[in-house]
Amino acid sequence: MSGIQESVIIRTVVRIIVPFIQLFALYVIMHGASGPGGGFQGGVIFGAAIILYAMIFGIGEGKKKMSDALDKILASTGLTIYAATGLICIVCGGMFLQYGAVPLIPDNPAEVSKYLIDLVEIGIGITVLAVMISLFFNVSPPESEPEEAEE
Amino acid sequence: MIWILDITMLFFLVVCAIAAISIKDLLSAIIILSAYSLIMAIVWVEMHSVDVGFTEAAVGAGITTVLFITTLARTEGRSED
Repeated sequence: MSGIQESVIIRTVVRIIVPFIQLFALYVIMHGASGPGGGFQGGVIFGAAIILYAMIFGIGEGKKKMSDALDKILASTGLTIYAATGLICIVCGGMFLQYGAVPLIPDNPAEVSKYLIDLVEIGIGITVLAVMISLFFNVSPPESEPEEAEE
Repeated sequence: MIWILDITMLFFLVVCAIAAISIKDLLSAIIILSAYSLIMAIVWVEMHSVDVGFTEAAVGAGITTVLFITTLARTEGRSED
């Protein structure tokens, strides 16, 4: 691997900055209902943090943190959360994703809808994050070959 | 809406688009495309469409560039036509 992966400065900076990127991604996901952002953007940012880690510390090291099996599990979990939230609304007598129909808090549909929107955003975020990471791992060159990507 | 900023950004947008399709070196083309996305994000935000600008910055300038560059690592890196 070329010099950029052996650079102490880059490795240290990446190790420090990755948690902050992930924290920002969680902020974007949770504030998707009230401001700019949402599940998709937050998931992309969260995926970018892990992709950055995998680019600097090597694909193999990244796959240790985020294996293909975990990718598949996360992608389907997020989709299940989304679909389940929608179906709960149908079970409670509303339309698909009609949050107000769920009697979680009595006589306050607006409050219920706030929480369920967050739940849906989290589901979208998890799926997008897993799919972005698996896309990166699938197009990235094998570990043994020299990478000209990071030059 | 700031007139002069709009015109400048749109001018840079056209320059980036033409450069990206006419350049032979693919790595340069990818970086110019990333700059295109960044300028597009600025234009979106300037037109008060923060959500779209956010998506453009995260997906266009972030993930797409990374995916293109990792794909480029498996090719020769130069355009034939």
